[in-house]
Order: sequence, then C-alpha cells, then structure tokens
Amino acid sequence: MIWILDITMLFFLVICAIAAISIKDLLSAIIILSAYSLIMAIVWVEMHSVDVGFTEAAVGAGITTVLFIATLARTEGRSED
Amino acid sequence: MSGVIDIVYAEYNYWIYVTLMMIGFYAMIAKKNLIKKVIGANIFQTAIFLFYVSLADITDGTAPIIVGHGAEHAEHVEHAADVIYTNPVPHCLILTAIVVAVSTTAVALALIIRIYNEYGSLDEDVILAARRELQPEFSEHARQKGVAEVSEQ
Repeated sequence: MIWILDITMLFFLVICAIAAISIKDLLSAIIILSAYSLIMAIVWVEMHSVDVGFTEAAVGAGITTVLFIATLARTEGRSED
Repeated sequence: MSGVIDIVYAEYNYWIYVTLMMIGFYAMIAKKNLIKKVIGANIFQTAIFLFYVSLADITDGTAPIIVGHGAEHAEHVEHAADVIYTNPVPHCLILTAIVVAVSTTAVALALIIRIYNEYGSLDEDVILAARRELQPEFSEHARQKGVAEVSEQ
C-alpha cells in the first residue's frame, strides 16, 4: 500500500461523498457519485485487490450511472435538498 | 497519548470508512428526495466494502496472484515461499456484494420511476401528503381516531 496515494484518494472520497449528497441538481450529484466510484476503484487496486477494483470500475462507475441517468430521464432532475 | 495517535494514524482507513458510512446514513435519513436516498445507500454500501478490503490488506503484501507459476518463470519458484499475499477471501465476498448492490440499486430506481408515475413527485413529503389524501385510513389522524374508538369500546 502506498500510503500517500491512499490518504489523498480517501480525502477525495470524503469530498465526493459530501458533494454528492449536498448538490441540488441531481444530474451533477449522479456524475459526482460516478467519480466517487472511480476513486474507490483506484483505492482498491492500490490496496492490491485488483479483481474488486476493475469490477467496481465497470459496474459501480458504469452501470450504476447509466441506471441513475435512465431514471432521471423519466422523472425530474431537481431536488429540494 | 502517543498510543492514541498511533491508532488514529495507523488505522486511518477505518476512520474514513466510518465517516463515509455516516455520510451515507445521514443522506438516507435526512434527505427528502428519493434519488438522494438511493445515492446515500450507495455510499453506505461502498463504505462497508472499503472496510472489508482494508481488513484484507497486509503491510508489504502483494496481489493474491501466484508468483513464479509456469515453466518460463521456473527460476523464481524458489522465492515463491517468501512472497506475502493479501487475504483473497474478503475480495471474493466483496465481488459478490458489488453485484448485489447494483441489483438493489436497480430495483430501488425502478420503484422510484413507478412512484413518480403515480404521484408526480420524488419528494417524500409530497408523496406522503398525496397518500393521506388518496387513502385517508392510512393518515395519522384517522389512525389515532381508530385507536380512540377501540379504547372506548
């Protein structure tokens, strides 16, 4: 484990999590959640769990984002909180 | 005192996982928008995955792939016993859990689309108000009235 990369990525992870739940525009929140998943994939590859890393990059950052955006296209894109 | 600092410093992955978990938990409880709740659930799930993968990690460990396997690398085989691998069992658990997480997200989003078609809003308060209007027997006032009638009998 490269600890300086680990700490930097975990710091970005917390920032992304706070931003994803506090932004009112839902499309922005979903894209930030996608970035969160991608940073999480980097953290896992860096912690030597490579199989989980690329599954998260494909499934967490890819399919989940597509599902969220498909939902957003059928509903409304604005949140009150 | 230095012991406490050592624990905070050495286990920082665990502190981040608890922080992320509480951020997701807060979003699930306090946010009124249903999509925001699903985003919170996603953050909660990945925080738990981070905990498991952090458990598996070993200092100076390498990825759990056999070193020196195969004839072309036969000269490395005598060093294979010295290699430290990270624990692969939590990785397998989390690989399964990621797929389950995507499935639950998909079901939640399908329910959200259905709710939006029915009530025309994603806001929790609007949906609950519409439900009380449509089915007054579920409202808090009617429920308390029913309790009062039962206690009178």
